Amino acid sequence: MSVPAAPNPAGSAGVDPGAAVVLDARAPGAGPRPALTASRRQAHRLDWLIERGILLVSTTAIVMILLIFVFVAREGLPVILGRTDNARVQQPLTAAQAAEASPEQLARYLGVTPAELKGYDAETVKMLVELKAEEMQQLDNPDARFNTTTWGMMLHPHRWHDYDQAAYIWQPVSEIPKYNIVPLFLGSLKATVIALLVSVPLGVGAAIYVSQLAHAKLREWIKPAIELLSGIPSVVLGFFALIVLATWLQWLIGYPSRLNAFGAGVALGLAVIPIIFTISEDALTSVPQSYTQAALALGASRWQVAWQIVLPAALPGVFAACVLGFGRAIGETMVVLMASGNATIVSASIFDSCRTMTATIAAELAEVVFGGDHYRILFLIGALLFAVTFVANLLGELVVHRLKSRLEGKA
Amino acid sequence: MKKRLGILAAALTAATLVHAGNITVKGSDTMVILGQKWAEVYMKDKPGNTVQVTGGGSGTGIAALLNGTTDICNSSRPMKASEKADFVKKFKAAVHEYRMCMDGLSVYVHESNPLTEISIPQLEAIFTGKTTNWKDVGGPDSPISLYGRENSSGTYEFFKEHVLSKKDFAPATKTMPGTAAVIQGVSKDKLSIGYGGIAYGEGVKAVKVSKTTGSEAVEATEENVLTGKYPIARYLFNYLAPSVDTGTVAEYIDWCRSDTGQAVVKDVGYFPLPKNLR
Repeated sequence: MSVPAAPNPAGSAGVDPGAAVVLDARAPGAGPRPALTASRRQAHRLDWLIERGILLVSTTAIVMILLIFVFVAREGLPVILGRTDNARVQQPLTAAQAAEASPEQLARYLGVTPAELKGYDAETVKMLVELKAEEMQQLDNPDARFNTTTWGMMLHPHRWHDYDQAAYIWQPVSEIPKYNIVPLFLGSLKATVIALLVSVPLGVGAAIYVSQLAHAKLREWIKPAIELLSGIPSVVLGFFALIVLATWLQWLIGYPSRLNAFGAGVALGLAVIPIIFTISEDALTSVPQSYTQAALALGASRWQVAWQIVLPAALPGVFAACVLGFGRAIGETMVVLMASGNATIVSASIFDSCRTMTATIAAELAEVVFGGDHYRILFLIGALLFAVTFVANLLGELVVHRLKSRLEGKA
Repeated sequence: MKKRLGILAAALTAATLVHAGNITVKGSDTMVILGQKWAEVYMKDKPGNTVQVTGGGSGTGIAALLNGTTDICNSSRPMKASEKADFVKKFKAAVHEYRMCMDGLSVYVHESNPLTEISIPQLEAIFTGKTTNWKDVGGPDSPISLYGRENSSGTYEFFKEHVLSKKDFAPATKTMPGTAAVIQGVSKDKLSIGYGGIAYGEGVKAVKVSKTTGSEAVEATEENVLTGKYPIARYLFNYLAPSVDTGTVAEYIDWCRSDTGQAVVKDVGYFPLPKNLR
């Protein structure tokens, strides 16, 4: 997302870059075109090449993003389209029944292709039949008849036979795998909102102070110090949150659960502050001096200038900073994995532990069966995360555009 | 993607074959410390051999065994029938299973908790979310805070099968990456309860466990674990492909199960195999 600069106050009074071109022998009636010298032509070609090179690089970035989305979504596609079915209604076959069954039936029963079945010797088939019977005997559960990978099961609460009431349950490693993604979505939302509540006031406040109010010497210290925060690896930040911050916050606020969405959100806020600060500060600094000077000349205090003149003028940039901060917060993994407690609780309290979408992918992807339902659903979560960030950025861009037009008096 | 992984796996396997004395072991986080200690002593004992041990969870180890990226899989739970079937489908032979030693799962509470013993049915009620207050199991009147393991962990599955009767953990269970993290969490949280291997149990209080309500609660001592008195004891396993179970690898496994290897088990804090199983 681009960072919109402050509006150009000079407007028509500024130098129009196009004017230089008009002078360059292209205007009609400017007489015969003077022949370009060889060196100038070469310079033109070089410019052209560089321009194309940059274009290529920037398109590659877009293509990469598209490819990532396509590949992530492709792995989750069978689930997205509802083509997976993990309901089990078969009866176990005895060895005698297995011997009588046709190769096709037997192959389907054992979960292999007929071609694969042909490749096995009698001993292998016998072992497989025994193991299958053992597997099915262990699975004496009335919920086995449900296909738990449908959108309905993933989004709506369901009352499982050993639960007292319908609930949103994420239990992918279970006799009956339960893949409800609502707790994860809620977990991400809680942590992100708290992170933004912490980081937006602090980041923007620090940016206003540093760009408008701080003494030049102080600014030279504060600015690099805050920017240094972005250099802290998130795993270190997560470790800090797990060991130190969680204890402090619990002592301060006194909530019962030490690891929770609030603590994780605060730690996440620390990771987001430098982004919001840096971009907001840039936007605030690029508001023309003439605004400030005019306001000061009219007798406004420095605080009035900062709050009523500069901040509104830089609002598109500040808003863009917040949207980028949101993207970072919802996508951050290590901090929440370590500090949130990772319990899949559905509740309104921010002092309950939460499990985010990113932490779930990170914790579970390492051990899933490639191509299995659990694997596909983790990719589906990845694609959802991508979509959420994309939509948020898009909306952010629209709002920034609106703000800019209004500022320029067009809307 | 799969194809490329396959090539990578093939390359890794080829690399393993070239260095005849190189053994890779992967799997259970519970067994990482034990495995590394075994490897260390073994390499000192039999110079020229290298044993590499990594963790990741029993599920990760079993997946690696199926993909052919490890020689030996450490597992803190027996392989499931479906996993054994996957192995048979891939290797056309049954997987070799070895019991390596015994472990008692401990149940930890915060040091300040007055609780001294708990029964398996109580544990089931607590971890499935039926019991949510300490006063119901003889503690103070305050909510219970649950700590457990990630679902890739063998400890998670063992506890679920043997304590929770295969029911789901309560959604409020905080899942921690590794038993050390569970201990850390429990030691900082006055109202907490957690579970994990015995070897890790420092800084928190392990409570006595009884099989049923009213029966005698016992500590996880060597005697109680080996005689089966302690109700949540388990074997720790090694799994490997029959084709690998020769030469250096077979020697290594035999060594681990020998008296020398079992002495290491005691050092680390687990329990050696009963004599009749060695």
